[in-house]
Amino acid sequence: MSTPITAHSVAEPSSRSKLIASFLVVTYAVITILPLLWIFLTGFKTPPDSIAYPPKVLFEPSVEGYVNLFTTRSRQTPEFLATLPPPQTWYERLVRSRNMVIGGPSKVVPRFVNSMVIGFGSTFLAVCFGTIAAYAFSRFRVPLADDLLFFILSTRMMPPIAVAIPIYLMFRHLGLTDTKLGMILLYTAVNVSLAVWLLKGFMDEIPREYEEAAMVDGYTRLQAFFKVVLPQATTGIAATAIFCLIFAWNEYAFAVLLTSGDAQTMPPFIPFIIGEGGQDWPAVAAATTIFFIPILCFTILLRRHLLRGITFGAVRK
Amino acid sequence: MAEVALLDVGKSYGAVEAVRGLSLSVAHGEFVVLLGPTGAGKTTTLRLIAGLERPDQGHVVIQGRDVTREVPAERDVAFVFQQYSLYPHLTVYDNLAFPLRSPARRVDEKTIRRRVQQISELLHIEHKLGNRATALSGGEMQRVAIGRALVREPSVYLMDEPLSSLDAKLRAELRLELKRIQRELGTTILYVTHDQIEAMTMADRIGVMSEGALIQLGTPREIYERPNSAYVAGRLGTPVINLIPARLLGGPVPPQVETVGLRTEHIRISTADGPGPRAQVHWVEHLGDQNHVHLKLATHSLVTLADPVQPLKAGDQVSLEFESPLYFDQAGRRISADGLRGHA
Ligand SMILES: Nc1ncnc2c1ncn2[C@@H]1O[C@H](COP(=O)(O)OP(=O)(O)OP(=O)(O)O)[C@@H](O)[C@H]1O
Ligand SMILES: [Mg+2]
Repeated sequence: MSTPITAHSVAEPSSRSKLIASFLVVTYAVITILPLLWIFLTGFKTPPDSIAYPPKVLFEPSVEGYVNLFTTRSRQTPEFLATLPPPQTWYERLVRSRNMVIGGPSKVVPRFVNSMVIGFGSTFLAVCFGTIAAYAFSRFRVPLADDLLFFILSTRMMPPIAVAIPIYLMFRHLGLTDTKLGMILLYTAVNVSLAVWLLKGFMDEIPREYEEAAMVDGYTRLQAFFKVVLPQATTGIAATAIFCLIFAWNEYAFAVLLTSGDAQTMPPFIPFIIGEGGQDWPAVAAATTIFFIPILCFTILLRRHLLRGITFGAVRK
Repeated sequence: MAEVALLDVGKSYGAVEAVRGLSLSVAHGEFVVLLGPTGAGKTTTLRLIAGLERPDQGHVVIQGRDVTREVPAERDVAFVFQQYSLYPHLTVYDNLAFPLRSPARRVDEKTIRRRVQQISELLHIEHKLGNRATALSGGEMQRVAIGRALVREPSVYLMDEPLSSLDAKLRAELRLELKRIQRELGTTILYVTHDQIEAMTMADRIGVMSEGALIQLGTPREIYERPNSAYVAGRLGTPVINLIPARLLGGPVPPQVETVGLRTEHIRISTADGPGPRAQVHWVEHLGDQNHVHLKLATHSLVTLADPVQPLKAGDQVSLEFESPLYFDQAGRRISADGLRGHA
C-alpha cells in the first residue's frame, strides 16, 4: 500500500492526532490479539507446561496437543508396550513415550467438516435468500413492505435461544435433530433477517437506471440482475456473508441442544476434548487454532471486496 | 412512415399527472427535440416509449407495431439516461459492448470489437477503452454513454439531456458531432434538453411541453417565429421575450390583444426623439460581443440586445420603435397581425 504524497490539507489529521490514533489502535490490537496468541502458543505446549504456574512464556515446543487432538489413545502397562512392535511413525513414537498407544482417529475431522458444511451452507442460503428478498423490497412495490420488513427484523429482537424449546420440539417432531440439514435451516432462518436488512441498504444504493439501461439494451430483468446489480452489490454481499458466517460458525447454544453426534459442530465439541486426568488444554488450544483458520481465510478473501466498498461513492452522481 | 408514435398517452404518479393526453409522432430519420421546464414530463415521455413505464392510457407505436404491452427489451430502442449512465464495474470497452452482448442479440465477438472500435473513434474515446468506467472525466463518461446507444442500430434513439453535464465547449463540439452522426446515419432521435441552442440547431422539429402536455410541435423556425402562445414564446430566444401590456405601447394593435411580445429583433432603440414610446435605460450589461440593455418603460422593465458600439448608458432617455411584434390575447394565445386567433 502506498499513499500518494499530497499537499497538507485541512482535512488531513495532524501528526499529533495520528500518533494518538495509532497508539490507541495498537493498544486495542494487542489487547485483542494477545488471547489468540496465547491459545496459539498453548497448542504447542506439553500438558504440564500448559497449566504451569507461573505461566510459561518460553517453553520447548511440542506437537503433542495436535497429536492428541487427532487421535484417541489408551494407557498401557510397560510390560504390554514391550510386546508391541516398535512404533512406525513420529506420532506413534510420541504417544508411546507417554506410555500410550493410538486407538484410532478422533472425531475432530468429522466435527470440523460439519462446521464447514453447516457454516458455509447456511451462509450461502442466507445470502441468496437475503439478496433476492432485498432486491424485491428495494425495487418492487411489495404489498405491506414496511410491515414485512419490520416483521423480518422482529425475529432478531430477542436472543435466538429464547425460542430454544419450541425449536427443539419442532426439530424432534420433524426428525431434524442432529442432522446437518436441520442446523443449516436453523442458522439460515436466524441469519436471513440480518441479510435482508443489510442487503436492502446496499440495493437501495444502486441506482435503478443501471438495470433500466440494461433492460432497454435487450436484457430481461433477471439477466440485468445478474449482469448489473449483482456485480455492484458484491461489497454488501461480502459484508453480509462475513456476518452470517461468524454467527453460524460460532453458534454454541443451539449446537449443544440440537446436535450430539452426526451433526455436531466444533463449538460443542471443543470443550469436551478430555485428556488424561481432565482437560487436555494443548489439544483444546490446537482445536481452537484450527477452528479459527477458515473464518480468518474467508474474511481475508472477502476483504478485497469490503475495501472496494470505500470507493463505492466515487461513481458520478 | 412514423418511426415512433404516441397516441393520447397519459401517465400519473399518484396525484401527479406526469404526462397528459400526449400525441406525438416522429418520422423515420427525424430529429425531434422535447423542450420544457423541469417537471414538464419530458423524461417520463421517453420512459413511456422505452417501456420503462406503462401508460395509464393511450398507445405507444414503434415502426407500425403497437408495443404498449411489450417489455423494454422487445422494443428495440436505445436510451441515453440523464445520469448514471455507465456500469461502474465494467471497463469502457465492456460498457460499449454491453448492449451487443445481450443474449437476445447474439452478436459475435469479432463484430462487437469492430463496432466498438468504430464508435469509439467516432466519439474520440478509443484511447480510453481499457479504463474502468469510473476512471473517466464527466465529458468522457457522457461520450461513452452516447456511444453505448450508438453501437446498436435501434429504430429510435431516446436521449435525455445527454450533454447537460458537459462544459460549454465540449457541449458545442458534441452537439455538432451528434447532428452530423444523425444526418450521416439517418437515425431517428427523440432528444430532451433544456438548452435552446441545442434545440434550435439540432432539431428538425421541436415539441414544447408544459405540465405533462405538448403545447406546440413544429420546426424550430415555426416555434420561434410563430409560437402559438406566450408560454412557447418564452421558451426560446435570449434574452427572454418581453411581455408588455398592449396599452403601454400605444399605436395600433389587432383587437383583443392584451399582451405584446417583444424580442430583441422587434425593438429598435434610438437616442433621437421618435414617434414611439419613451423609455429610460436602467442599466447595461456588457457580455463582450453584445450588450444587454435593461430598459424601464413606465413601470415595466424590458431587456434587449444592443450593439456594443451604440453608446448607451444608465439614465439615458431613448425612444422605442417596434417592428412586427407578437400579439397575445388575455389567455396567452397568439393572435396574428391580421387579427386571426389560433393561426400557428
Ligand atoms: N417515479 C416517480 N414517482 C413519482 N413522481 C414522479 C416519478 N417520476 C417523475 N415524477 C413526477 O412526474 C413529473 C414529470 O417528471 P419528469 O421526470 O418527466 O420531468 P422532466 O420534464 O424530465 O424534468 P427535468 O427537466 O427536471 O428532468 C414531475 O412532477 C415528477 O415529480
Ligand atoms: Mg428529466
